[in-house]
Amino acid sequence: MWRKPDTPTSLLPGLAALVLLTGYLIALLWVEEQTTVIALLALAIAAAVAAKFLRLTAPVARSFAAHEDALAGFAVAGVIVIVAVFHDDHFAVLLVDTVLLYAVATLGLNIQFGYAGVLNFAGASFFGIGAYTAAVINGNTGIPSLVVLLIGGGMAAVIGLALLLPVLRTRGHYAALVTIAFAILLKTFLEVNNALGGPQGLQVKGMRIFGWSFNDSIELGKNFELSFYLNYFVLSLLLVVAAFVIVRRLERSWVGLNLDALRLDETAAACFGIDIVRWKAVAFLLGNFLIGVAGALYGMMGSFVAPNNYTFADSLILVSMVLLGGMGSTWGMFLGVIIVIVVPEKLQAIEEYRFLLYAGMVILVLLFRPEGLLPRPVRSYFSGWKPQR
Amino acid sequence: MSGVAASKRVLETRGLTKSFGGVLALGGLDIAIEPNEILGLIGPNGSGKTTFFNVVTGIYGADEGTIAFNGADITRASPQAIYRAGIARTFQRSRLSLSLSIFDNIMIGNHKRLTQGLWFNLMRRGAFRREFEENYETARALVEIFDPPLAKRMLEPVAGLPMIDRRRIEICRALISAPLLLLLDEPSAGMTHDETNQLMGDILEVRNRIENLAIIIVEHEMGVIERITNRCVVLNFGRKIAGGSFREIATDPQVQEAYLGMQ
Repeated sequence: MWRKPDTPTSLLPGLAALVLLTGYLIALLWVEEQTTVIALLALAIAAAVAAKFLRLTAPVARSFAAHEDALAGFAVAGVIVIVAVFHDDHFAVLLVDTVLLYAVATLGLNIQFGYAGVLNFAGASFFGIGAYTAAVINGNTGIPSLVVLLIGGGMAAVIGLALLLPVLRTRGHYAALVTIAFAILLKTFLEVNNALGGPQGLQVKGMRIFGWSFNDSIELGKNFELSFYLNYFVLSLLLVVAAFVIVRRLERSWVGLNLDALRLDETAAACFGIDIVRWKAVAFLLGNFLIGVAGALYGMMGSFVAPNNYTFADSLILVSMVLLGGMGSTWGMFLGVIIVIVVPEKLQAIEEYRFLLYAGMVILVLLFRPEGLLPRPVRSYFSGWKPQR
Repeated sequence: MSGVAASKRVLETRGLTKSFGGVLALGGLDIAIEPNEILGLIGPNGSGKTTFFNVVTGIYGADEGTIAFNGADITRASPQAIYRAGIARTFQRSRLSLSLSIFDNIMIGNHKRLTQGLWFNLMRRGAFRREFEENYETARALVEIFDPPLAKRMLEPVAGLPMIDRRRIEICRALISAPLLLLLDEPSAGMTHDETNQLMGDILEVRNRIENLAIIIVEHEMGVIERITNRCVVLNFGRKIAGGSFREIATDPQVQEAYLGMQ
C-alpha cells in the first residue's frame, strides 16, 4: 500500500494491542473452569498466528517504536485497570504483583544475557539473596523497609562480586558453569546454615512505610475491603516503571552500545577501546542489583523464604522467561513473564507438568523464532527520533 | 639526532618478532611509515601481513622487538590504549556487528570521543541527546563522502547491505575517531573489480580531506597497490624481502621468486 513518506506513525495500532491484551488478561484471570481456560489459551495462540498472517504485527511494532513513552503510560494504565477489576481478589492481585516483580528481575537478567552476553544461571539465587536480606534485616532491625529493598539489591550485587572474577576470566559455557555451581552452593549453604533458618527458611516481616503496614487490609467504609496485596501492587508497579526506565535508557546509550559491541565481537570491541572487563562488570552488578531488589520485595510480600524456592531449577525458569520474550527485548520480558507465571497458575490441570510445558515452549521458540516472541528492534536512541536529513 | 628523525615517523617497528608454536610469523621486522604516506604491505599468503597488524594493534603481544608510535613505545600496550593513541584498523574478514545499525557500528569506532560515564548516559539525557545528535551528523557526513544514498539509511541494520557498503562502513568506523594511522587489511576481499576500484577512489578521496593520515594497506590486488601506495614492503615467511616504489619491487627478482616460486 502506498504511504506518504512523512506520514507520522499512528499511536492507534499500539494502543489497540494494549487494550486487547488488557481485556484478554482480565478474561484469563476471571475464568476458573479448565476447559474455558484452555479455550482462552488456544484463542491467544490463534490470534497471534492470525495477526502474523494478516500483517497486523508490523503496524503495532512501528507504533511502539514511534510512541513508546505514551504507550508505556497506557500499559501502566492497563495494569491498573486489571487490578481495579480484581481489587478484592487476593489470588489475582498477588498474581499481578508476582508478574511485576519477576518483570523487574528479568529486566535485570536481560542486561546480563541480552546486552552483555554474560550468562547468569543463578538468577534465582540473587533473587533469594534479596529475599533473605529482607528477612534478616526486617527481623532484627528497624531499618525502613524502602531502604531494605535497596540493601537487598546491594547484597545481591556485592555477593555477585565474588562470582565476577571467575565469570570474567572464563568465557561462554565455562562462565555459565561457574554460575550454576554458585546456584547449587548457595542453596546448600542456606540449608545447613541455622542462623538463616536451615531448610525451613525464615519468616519475613511485611513492608512498612511510615507506620503504614502493607500486610493490613485496606478498608474503605464498612462493606468495602480491598486486598492487602494492593499495597504491594502500588510499590511493585513503581519498581517496574523505575526498572524499565533505567534499562531502556541503558540500552539507548553509549553504554548499551558498548555492551552490544563486546557481546558480538570482543576482539573488535577491544580494538576500538572498549574496556571489556569494566562493562561486563557493570552489566553483571547492575543486573544482580535489580534482581535483588525484586527478590527483597517478593520476600516481604510472600512473608516467607526457604532455600527450596531459589534453586537452580528456578533460575532456569527465569532464563526461560528471557528466552521466550526475546533476548535483549525490553517489552519481551513482560510477555515472557506473563506466559511463564500466569499460564501454569490458571491451568491447574498441568501443575505437575509445568517444567515440561516450559521446556516445550522454549524449544519451540528457539526452533521457530530464535529471537523470541517479541524480537528486539534495532536500537533507536530516542523513541520517534528521525534524522533532520 | 636519531630521536628527532624517529619522532617524524608515525610508526616504527624494530626487530619485531612473533612466533606461534614453532612457526615464525614475524622474523625481526623493521617497518616505518611517515605522516601522509600510504604504505603497501604485500606478500604471499601466510607471509605475516595480518599478524603484523595484530601485533601492532595489541591483539598479540610481540615476542621480541619494539613498536614506537609517534615516538612513544606501545610494544606492551593493550588494544584499547593503542586505539586511544590513534591507530585504527579494519579486518580481513569484515567484523561489523551485523545486527546493529550503520550508525551504531560507526559509533563503536568513536568510543574514545563519546562520554562513557554511567551517570551521564542514564541520568543526563538532555546532554546525552545533544552529544548523540552531534555525533549522528558527524557520522552521516563521513558516510556521505563514501556513498550519499547510504547516508540516508544510517539507522538500518548492517546485515542487509552488500559487501562494498559493509567495507565502507568498516572504513568509516575506523576513520570516525580521526586516527593518525589507519590499517586496512585486504579491503578488496570479497568484492568485484569495479567495486574495488570504487572503494579505492573513496579511500583516496577521504585521505585528501584528512591531514596527516598515514595508511598501511595489505592487499593482493596489484592494481590497487600500484594505484594508491607511495611505497611498498614485501614480506615472505615473516621477513622483509624487498622495499621501495611499486615499480621497483615489481621488477625485483626476489619478489618474483616469492610469488611465482621460481628457482
